[in-house]
Amino acid sequence: MFNKILVLLAVFGLLVFASNARSDEFTKEDLKKWREAFMEVVKEGERLFHSPLGRNKVSCDMCHPNAANTHPETYPKFQKQLGKVVELRDMINWCIQNPLEGDPLPLDDPRMIALEAYIKWERRGVPLAPGKH
Amino acid sequence: MKKLTRRSFLKKAAIGGLAAAAPLKMVEVVYGQGAQEKFTFAVISDAHLTHIKGTKFVRNFDEGLERAVTEVSFMDPPPDFVVFGGDLAQLGKKEELEHGLEKLSKLSLPIKFVIGEHDFYLDMGEYWQKHIAPLNYSFDHKGVHFVVLNSILTYDSWINQFKDPMERMLGMARLDNPHGSPFIVGEEGRRWLKKDLAKLSPDTPIIVLTHSPLYKIFKPWNFWTDDAEEVQAILARFKKVTVMHGHVHQIIYNQIGNITFYAFMSTAWPWPYPPTYTQKPSNFPKITVMMNRADPFHERDGTGWSWAEVAAGRVTHHYELWENTPRTVYYDEKLGHPVDKDYQDPSKRIPPQIHY
Ligand code: HEC
Ligand SMILES: [Fe+2]
Ligand SMILES: [Fe+2]
Repeated sequence: MFNKILVLLAVFGLLVFASNARSDEFTKEDLKKWREAFMEVVKEGERLFHSPLGRNKVSCDMCHPNAANTHPETYPKFQKQLGKVVELRDMINWCIQNPLEGDPLPLDDPRMIALEAYIKWERRGVPLAPGKH
Repeated sequence: MKKLTRRSFLKKAAIGGLAAAAPLKMVEVVYGQGAQEKFTFAVISDAHLTHIKGTKFVRNFDEGLERAVTEVSFMDPPPDFVVFGGDLAQLGKKEELEHGLEKLSKLSLPIKFVIGEHDFYLDMGEYWQKHIAPLNYSFDHKGVHFVVLNSILTYDSWINQFKDPMERMLGMARLDNPHGSPFIVGEEGRRWLKKDLAKLSPDTPIIVLTHSPLYKIFKPWNFWTDDAEEVQAILARFKKVTVMHGHVHQIIYNQIGNITFYAFMSTAWPWPYPPTYTQKPSNFPKITVMMNRADPFHERDGTGWSWAEVAAGRVTHHYELWENTPRTVYYDEKLGHPVDKDYQDPSKRIPPQIHY
């Protein structure tokens, strides 16, 4: 009985694979397309990072050229002033609210994703170090 | 030692919000001896006052400059003069420069102005030269020859691509601009410097005040002067040369040949140290003990001002760091380069001095 179910599952699985044109394979063109989609978001993040996002004309790059000193690899980590473990996006919002005197972004806002993409892109290659201070 | 007269004290006490603070007692620590009369000067730099609109300016940066002005006013004994190290404005606007001059006018001391790129690239230095100071000049003070040297020029080919002055200003103001252009003193400036120094004997102590460092630290952020070696060569025949510069917004010190270099703090914000940008290599001076990593939750952390004690032609540079322990860097005659009074020995370093 159990074996029969396995066989049935296997057959069903094969059917799914067949109808899905080998979903685990992708082409160089796919890679290029996905890379371009990602780099476009990085570019938008770079633009936002160099724009006044708050009410006082101050932009992130004024204090973080090339997003330096944002240490994305250390998140999540304990921020002693917030008194808890937070994510990179919490600190991004803190900086929007304070040095930039603006309103925080919703955490799933495309602009937040773009800012994170740019910040992490500028830090590519640095090993993950969650919790590091 | 000069004492504050009642009148000058009252005048100073009337300045701004920190009037209740007691006069700062400057502890005189002198490393080095000689016949030359010793003196001090204060340094305020990189205020970056930013105009929002109408009469509104960025509060944070205004408060940085105000605090430096107040604290310098309370120096006891007062310094002989104050150096302003450049970048008074953020985008070279008349509103910003005037706002800055008004804040600096609370100082009852002579001010020696150095121009920064943020003051220059909107009108190519027109307002500055008309109302503030020449771009290159020199003066003698108690046996030391001071030179203010404009180091923030750049190549005409870069300048000429812009039709709109504000576009040019924004292009230069963006520190990480991949299409930026390195600073130069330029041929005219170098010729002027050579002439200015021509009559001096090699024993005359020289202090050069510039905005950009007169050496090459990190090109992607313009911590860099492209013709630095040529300027250094002009200074090579003097026994005691100190170059003090703004622009980098952090503690940096270095020794190249006969020249000792010190950077100024900014009153506005600290910049990351170049080695923290991991995508590009830098030439960061190995002897510098970095300042503590800033805590953004304390707005004034990582900013400050400084004062220089000059004795026997050598500078001892005291960094007054708000929200942080002050630092003193002096020229060590035996080692032949500047060292930090407390932290130079690697075993004395503290965790916040490690940047990554
Ligand atoms: C006025 C200066 C200033 C501005 C403008 C500013 N920051 Fe910061 N920020 C700082 C300083 C200083 C630090 C502490 C840096 C360090 O750790 O050495 C910091 C820290 C951070 C950190 C945490 C770094 C860590 O080590 O955990 C992040 C993330 C960050 N900033 C993001 C931003 C973003 C995004 C913006 C724009 C919305 C921004 N900042 C604008 C000054 C600024
Ligand atoms: Fe500056
Ligand atoms: Fe500058």
